[in-house]
Amino acid sequence: MQNIQKNPPVVRRSFLQNLGMDTQLLTMLGAIVVVWIGFQILSQGLFLSPRNLWFLSVQSAVVGIMVGGMVLIIVARQIDLAAGSILGITAMVMAVVQAPAPNGLGWHWIIALIAGILTAALIGAINGSITAFVGVPAFVVTLAGMMIFRNGTFVLSSVTITPLNETFQILGGGNNGSIGPIWTWVFGVAVIALILWQTLTGRMRRQKNGFAVRPMWAEALITAVTVAIVVGFVLVMNAYPVPGSEPPVGSGMPVPVLIALAVLGFLNWMTRNTRFGRYIYAIGGNPEAALLAGINVKRTILYIFMLMGFLTAIAAAVQAARLNGATPTVGRDLELTVIAGAVIGGTVLSGGAGTILGAGLGALLISSLENGLGLVGVATEQQKIYIGLVLLLAVIWNTVSARWRKA
Amino acid sequence: MKKWQIGAIGLLSASLLSGSFMALNSSAGAQGGMVVGVSWSNFQEERWKTDEAAIKTALAAAGATYVSTDAQSSSEKQINDVNTLITKGAKAIILLAQDKDAIGPAIEAAKAAKIPIVAYDRLVENPYAYYLTFDNVEVGRIMGREILKVKSKGQFVFIKGDPGDANAEFVYGGQREVLEKNIKSGRIVVAAIQATEGWKPENAQRNMEQILTKLNNKVDVVMSSNDGMAGGAIAALAAVKLAGKVAVSGQDGDLGALNRVALGTQTVSVWKDSRALGKAAGEIAVELAKGTALTAIKGTKVFKDGPKKVAMNSTLLAPIGITKKNLNLVLDAGWIKKEVLCAGVTKLAICK
Repeated sequence: MQNIQKNPPVVRRSFLQNLGMDTQLLTMLGAIVVVWIGFQILSQGLFLSPRNLWFLSVQSAVVGIMVGGMVLIIVARQIDLAAGSILGITAMVMAVVQAPAPNGLGWHWIIALIAGILTAALIGAINGSITAFVGVPAFVVTLAGMMIFRNGTFVLSSVTITPLNETFQILGGGNNGSIGPIWTWVFGVAVIALILWQTLTGRMRRQKNGFAVRPMWAEALITAVTVAIVVGFVLVMNAYPVPGSEPPVGSGMPVPVLIALAVLGFLNWMTRNTRFGRYIYAIGGNPEAALLAGINVKRTILYIFMLMGFLTAIAAAVQAARLNGATPTVGRDLELTVIAGAVIGGTVLSGGAGTILGAGLGALLISSLENGLGLVGVATEQQKIYIGLVLLLAVIWNTVSARWRKA
Repeated sequence: MKKWQIGAIGLLSASLLSGSFMALNSSAGAQGGMVVGVSWSNFQEERWKTDEAAIKTALAAAGATYVSTDAQSSSEKQINDVNTLITKGAKAIILLAQDKDAIGPAIEAAKAAKIPIVAYDRLVENPYAYYLTFDNVEVGRIMGREILKVKSKGQFVFIKGDPGDANAEFVYGGQREVLEKNIKSGRIVVAAIQATEGWKPENAQRNMEQILTKLNNKVDVVMSSNDGMAGGAIAALAAVKLAGKVAVSGQDGDLGALNRVALGTQTVSVWKDSRALGKAAGEIAVELAKGTALTAIKGTKVFKDGPKKVAMNSTLLAPIGITKKNLNLVLDAGWIKKEVLCAGVTKLAICK
């Protein structure tokens, strides 16, 4: 269908246009607020308790770490169906390397972590090479990878490897797995400083180059809301006491959540401010044009898969540490949750469009549903129905709203 | 590019050829003595290797020869496999059915050829077959009994297996059977029941976290239906410093779970010694091949608790509940090494 620009440029700007924010992002935030309030009522006030929000943050970490990588892969018109299996085999490598003999090698957990990261990055490099240089569609390459690495996990160990090193377990956010109230505040203040600095310099740069800027009130409103979210996050994390502490001491942010936020923050920065990041969107928008513009498309795709492998390894470490063990089935079907998170967050499966921030919120929305449905006591066998419906609604909304924007 | 493709095709066909060659080799081993065939559903799963060794030993002791096929999770292939075993001269077939209903034609084929069938571990609801398995309801009962020895009242949480798996209901049924008296009298409160998709430990962990939040940590017992999920539940308990204070059940004799039993964070792991099952299968198959009637096998009882309530001649082996008190059983059987069982354990006499 051809969309013809009928209207002349609008002069009067609406409230939302003045805010100058991605409507997609606003919708996501709105959806999360609605879901949270709904669960708060249904769970009789349990959902928004510090304790549940703290656990929700930990439960979101694994998908949160992987979802940004998946966005980049989908934006570049690829897909990774092997992510869950790669997480499985990587978690198993980490478990086997650190578990004491005769179950494992009994080496230092840092060696285990590095071995896992190398494994996943190597697998990513292989998948990326076959996709980019041989030209086999990523769907097929990673479908094969899904089978190979899932069964590879079984071959490595057909039994659960547990327990893991106590220091390693900190990565999972369990016992002693939080950074404490003071460091959580340090983190929060640093994030706020970063936001203020970015807003200020960004505004100045736009003005200097003659681009339109948001009205002052809109800028102030957005900044205030963002800062309030950060402060709220810090307060909630610190309000959940360390179990068994007397008098109660705040837990602070769990380590896996710190990792997930750092990963998402970095990827968000990378997609906006680095050549590599911009290339990914250029390739996704139009691969031929990107090639003609001198972008090394094949190498970029290879790097994206390696990056995804690296992120999967980090997620695997968090998952194994959290479970205090690796099972042969760990991460099965996880790629589908990750893809769903990216898609709910506005990533378009045909490539070219998708944001890290949106996908992070998409992952949070899925985790919120899983968490809330469990808390309300919905049976396991029914939970996926609701999550499937939300996925469908989100995609319908994305498709329809994209059409509106064009019209 | 072309060269690469030719190379890949060459490699692929070479590996396929060598695979079929290996299959030929293994069938060539079927010579001398009575032949007993085993049709595996998916031999890739590690567990069956232990069973196979036990079956082989039992057959060798009776002077019989072992031949096998692997259906690789395909119920269609398994029907062909059973016919292949008959062609190879099997006088009895031990059958681990991939699908209890889809296997029907294979059993009819065996019946027509007058070859007795031992339905191994998984039920096939056809009275022509002899059913041999562990008593899965008893697994649940043992969990209930061992937990009652430690805690006979309080808030009980049930972490069930996959909602689509009949075994999950058997285990849960057994647990409830034993606990029902105390539930009726109000000593035991059923605080939460949640099934676990795919029996996955990470799902059990998240479910347990939500249940703990909902119950504000007031949990006394977690009736987990297997060891993997018990591991997930215990990780959730550990995060709120309740590991070791809450009684937790499990089954399978997972190495990690037995270590947790030794550590005191898990109360019981019901152990099904697959070597006992394999041995019984070999012995029964040889008996049947000699022409013994199904009802004449020693210890045969009638089982009719399957979904279709078909009456089957059966032997249901009793599993063993492994607790802190009888860890020597798994150690003596060579099921687990002492270093694995005792990792991080200081207090237990058996670990000294």
